Amino acid sequence: MLGPFDLALVWSSLPELASGLVVTLQLTLLTILGGIVLSVPLGVLRSAPSKWVSGPIWAYTYFFRGTPMLIQLFLIYYGLAQFKAVRGSGLWFILREGYWCCLIAFTLNTAAYTIEIIAGALRNVPLADIEAARAMGMSPFAILRRIKFPIALRILFPAYTNEVVFILQSTSLASLVTVMDLTGVARVIIARTFSPYELFITIGLVYLALTYLTLWGFRRVEAHLYRHLRGRPVAVVEGPALR
Amino acid sequence: MPSFLDLKGYGHLLIDGAMITLSVGVAAMAVALSLGIMGALARLSSHAALRGLGTTYATVIRGIPELVLMLLVYYGGTVLLQWLLSLGGGDVRVDLNAFLAGTLVLGFVYGAYATEIFRGAFLAIPKGQVEAAHAYGMTNGQVFFRIKLPQAWRLAIPGLGNLWLTLLKATSITSVIGLTELARQADLIKAPTKMPFTVFFAASLLYLAMTAISDLVRIRAERWASSGFRRS
Repeated sequence: MLGPFDLALVWSSLPELASGLVVTLQLTLLTILGGIVLSVPLGVLRSAPSKWVSGPIWAYTYFFRGTPMLIQLFLIYYGLAQFKAVRGSGLWFILREGYWCCLIAFTLNTAAYTIEIIAGALRNVPLADIEAARAMGMSPFAILRRIKFPIALRILFPAYTNEVVFILQSTSLASLVTVMDLTGVARVIIARTFSPYELFITIGLVYLALTYLTLWGFRRVEAHLYRHLRGRPVAVVEGPALR
Repeated sequence: MPSFLDLKGYGHLLIDGAMITLSVGVAAMAVALSLGIMGALARLSSHAALRGLGTTYATVIRGIPELVLMLLVYYGGTVLLQWLLSLGGGDVRVDLNAFLAGTLVLGFVYGAYATEIFRGAFLAIPKGQVEAAHAYGMTNGQVFFRIKLPQAWRLAIPGLGNLWLTLLKATSITSVIGLTELARQADLIKAPTKMPFTVFFAASLLYLAMTAISDLVRIRAERWASSGFRRS
């Protein structure tokens, strides 16, 4: 069936799409949380002066930044079954689920980018500020907590905002490993009704709204956090940039 | 061929796939660059309608996952073409060429990012230079090709290097519309080899080789582009 845009179909699909939206938001949120947990300590170690410390972390981020997220997802979803030890382990009930494989792959992927964002920001903390803290007699940990982290957070905020939007959009890959996220639900409805236009345009608009809502929200937070600064950020929403 | 890439005799298919990955990447990059220059000119144009068009393009496309756009254009395009052709009567089956569809969608998506990169580059060219060129009696076209474009390229190179790396990895999305590039080939041979991890790991190493070489070229290109300019 074709011809005009079938609004009735979109309307009747809304409940199913809403359940997909919940999965999309869940995946995004959990990936972001997992990414932060991994990347804060590793980001600090990545900025360490010793090559023995930062080198292995660089190898990890280089691999995950240099290969497509799709391949990383397939490596975990299809790949792990190759090993008897994995299939026989108590974790197999988790690792054969598309949803968990997505969480693992997305988290490892975003952590790799976030580690580099954090390490880059830490390297750009003005040396004078650190020296002043040292002169005050602060311990290295106190310097990290009181001086380096707050300044680095300000530096990395725009780049990290962008990373969150990238993850939000990338969760659509979950539909390729049987997860019923927004894209997955749309594809199932399309297989049933043969109406690719209606569904893909509808979910495209939902992703569009989510993207700009996220950008707007993060810009507001940024403008609020740094309202005391001269040349403070203003809450103007620019579109997403490349990672 | 290195033995770890043999994969029970299926390994050469990965190499074939990598070649298609490169081809679709290069073709899409050409589309993206053309659209990017046009989009930037539209966004900076003095015509409100053109500005609106350029801004809408860059804003909307960057807000939608490339997978969704790929599926929309491929499946939606098939349905639309079938409908248009069947208007003339009869039942028509249409199969869109996956290479063409993949190239156009990736080019269209990354053209939106290229629009922003070129817009920044054009904006960074000092106004005085353009005014001086006009004072010499150059036409708008001459100012564009002699003053603006040569410098915009140089200023855009860091952004464009990043664009290429992202686009190269994004070509893996074309596997969902059946293009037998690297990711699709790996997906196809994971069952007959019974070594899914090895296959996808080998594929990831091929991607890594492509991105690593691209990265080296990018660093050299950036050095070249900034030669003659003092670093701060």
